[in-house]
Amino acid sequence: MNILYFLIACSIFLALIFLAAFFWAVKDGQNDDMQTPAMRMLFDDDKPEDS
Amino acid sequence: MKARSGNPTFTHIKFMENQVFTADKCYHCGTEVAGDSYSFDEKQFCCIGCESVYKILSSTNMCSYYVYNDTPGQKQVHSLKHLEYLDEPAIFLKLVDYTDEKVTTVTFYIPAIHCSSCIWLLEHLHKLNQGVVYSRVDFLKKQALISFRHQEISLRCLVELMTSIGYEPLISLQDVVKENQHSVNRGLIQKIAVAGFCMGNVMLLSFPEYLGLSSFEQQFQSLFGWLNLAFSFPVTFYCGREFFVSAWTGLRHKRINLDAPLALIIAVLFLRSSFEIITSTGPGFTDTLTGLVFLLLCGRWVKQRAYYHLSFKRDYRSYFPVAVTVIRGGSEKTMAIEELSIGDRILIRNNEIIPADAILMKGNGLADFSFVTGESAPVQKVLGEIVYAGGRQVGEAIELEVIKPVSQSYLTSLWNNDTFSAKDDETRTFNDTIAKYFSIVTFTIAITAATFWLMASDSSKAWSSFTAVLIVACPCVLALSTPFTLSAVLAIFDKNLFYLKSTNTVEQLARVDTLVFDKTGTITSPEISQFSFSGELNDEERLLAASLARNSMHPLSREILKWGKAAIYYPVTEFFEIPGKGISGIVNQKLVEIGNVSPHGKTDDLKPDSTVIHLKINNVYKGSFRIKQGWRPGLKALFDDLSTNFDIHLLSGDNDVEKNNLALSFPYPDQMEFRQSPHDKMHYIKDLQSMGRNVMMLGDGLNDAGALKQSNLGVAVTDNTNNFSPACDAILNGKSLSRLPAFVKQAKDGVKTIKLSFMIAASYNLIGVYFAVQGELSPLTAAVLMPLSTITILTFTSVATRYYAIKNNLS
Repeated sequence: MNILYFLIACSIFLALIFLAAFFWAVKDGQNDDMQTPAMRMLFDDDKPEDS
Repeated sequence: MKARSGNPTFTHIKFMENQVFTADKCYHCGTEVAGDSYSFDEKQFCCIGCESVYKILSSTNMCSYYVYNDTPGQKQVHSLKHLEYLDEPAIFLKLVDYTDEKVTTVTFYIPAIHCSSCIWLLEHLHKLNQGVVYSRVDFLKKQALISFRHQEISLRCLVELMTSIGYEPLISLQDVVKENQHSVNRGLIQKIAVAGFCMGNVMLLSFPEYLGLSSFEQQFQSLFGWLNLAFSFPVTFYCGREFFVSAWTGLRHKRINLDAPLALIIAVLFLRSSFEIITSTGPGFTDTLTGLVFLLLCGRWVKQRAYYHLSFKRDYRSYFPVAVTVIRGGSEKTMAIEELSIGDRILIRNNEIIPADAILMKGNGLADFSFVTGESAPVQKVLGEIVYAGGRQVGEAIELEVIKPVSQSYLTSLWNNDTFSAKDDETRTFNDTIAKYFSIVTFTIAITAATFWLMASDSSKAWSSFTAVLIVACPCVLALSTPFTLSAVLAIFDKNLFYLKSTNTVEQLARVDTLVFDKTGTITSPEISQFSFSGELNDEERLLAASLARNSMHPLSREILKWGKAAIYYPVTEFFEIPGKGISGIVNQKLVEIGNVSPHGKTDDLKPDSTVIHLKINNVYKGSFRIKQGWRPGLKALFDDLSTNFDIHLLSGDNDVEKNNLALSFPYPDQMEFRQSPHDKMHYIKDLQSMGRNVMMLGDGLNDAGALKQSNLGVAVTDNTNNFSPACDAILNGKSLSRLPAFVKQAKDGVKTIKLSFMIAASYNLIGVYFAVQGELSPLTAAVLMPLSTITILTFTSVATRYYAIKNNLS
């Protein structure tokens, strides 16, 4: 059962990584604008100049 | 404005069976093409502005703009803006976010942003000009962040480019963009994340304890305990910090707010848990602690409902321009508005705002005070007359001499009043009131229990019962039910086009007993107008007038066109339009003139409540058109409905020509005041408040700003929420004015829901206290009771709020 010590350490460490990732995302401003990216992704790529 | 002449083409005008005049829609903005249509690439445009936008976009291969949405543009209002001031280094530095030798970054507020095409176009600005590095749009805030190389494109050219494609940034004295920054509370989101993370881990580690540990697993018990304690640290000292700060601030001001008992409980939970874990006497209440803080923070987050598309803080500065043209020694110079001083000679062009009280020195003044008073008809000013700040000049350029600095003007001096400098008085909410009694009762029970066990000389029981009572009697439900209920009410109002500044405003609304209405723009609507013609006209002459009006984009011309109801029109030659004066042209070999100059050669503005324009055919006076602002629909019913429960008053800045007319629908004719200055309105509210009334003020223009601020609840009534509205507590769309009684009822029901949920929570707490006084509260009971009562309450509040909404016809 001593393996549990290791597993608990692992799980907390993993969870901390995710928490850090979330902090990073918030700092980066990912949650500041929830609307525009959803609309932006529907735009087509720029067509090559055809005239 | 450009005068055009030429033969209109009839090919695009369709006739329906019932002979109603219909036409193609403008490819750019969707307005009906009624007049001379402009066509390009086989597409119809309503005006040269829309056409030129299309030309710019098609020449740069950017017609995808029209692919994402039909008619994504907005009607082009031709106005030649003078943007020289953007070249002034001082103003440039004030506007930009960042600048170095190569690149400059600026954030613009662009009111025209409304669809995905707007995003697409603004984010492809670099295709229109190589100098633009990149641009990013924030749709909800209607902002665009643009980075550009200022050696290739100057700030002024950039603004001109954006204006040319129909996205003119709003640049004003009050920086809307900078005030909007950091409106998202990133700190709170991070705290919720930490609390959630710790709660999850603590729950996991506490689980074996709930199920009972076998002797084999005992070795883990102290490890789990210490880990839990470690997780409680950040929750208490980082996430829970603001509860302690708020409680302390409250106590220093000698009052107990809801955060005081909450902070106490967090502290007690943490102390007792640390004590038990350190002395290995028990598992502690770390699961309750982390769960509590997590839920409380969620409640705070729900409370912070933000409307990005609305601003409740604007004052005259967001409406005034940044700079003005000053004439000194015969040469023109742009100058920042703050630097204007008495005696300066300023030049105001068509569509520019008069920034300070000034005397008209040269030119024909025609000021549109619609932002100030809500009155849409421009007011004629003669030479030597004082023109108050806030008017928008319509027509030719005028010269004025400043007689008061900007901040001391008749209108802007309102903001120097004490009402505006006074800090917002935190009104006591139901929560804060109850928190006091709640704390007293809880303490009494806890101390009684502790004393009882001390008498029985069981000191460990005394300590555990004391702490347990405090833990169980947690007012956390109250801290949750209030934000959840009120934000649900806010969401319902939102759907009905009524926007409140914050959740606390709902409680304010529930307390209102007196309503004060402004007249112009609030109970009258600029969109609903009565149009009439006085004079004799035959069908032929009617057609002549309509044919002439068809060539002009002026709103009054559009009204004449609608009134004409003609199926076909005559071509017009020698068409002239003098902004602010009128239009003229040769129609079917007759000279037709429509304008605001009456047969006596005098400009007619005697009646401020209506606009009069005159018609002359071949120099013979034919009569006049009269446009009067109409009342909003359902006004009488609204007043009747309101007068049963509220005291209502009416204040108007206009003269009393409408008095008798209004008295028919207004239930208290003696509570109508006319010719009220902005300061009068404010003092009127103050007087009502000194009689102990809770006053709600409904106004629209800048002249109501003082009254709106002074009142307990200031509501700005507007027909377009994108438009300017003065600082207020709530913004109401004019269409929903008739729902006002229902809104107040809903707010009252919301407060009732909170009170009911408090009763439910109290009964849960009684069960908990029953265990707690005996010193028998197990961590499991606490951990089960808290989420159970929370879920009950949240279900109850959301169901109750929706039930009331249906009852009030607001769903």
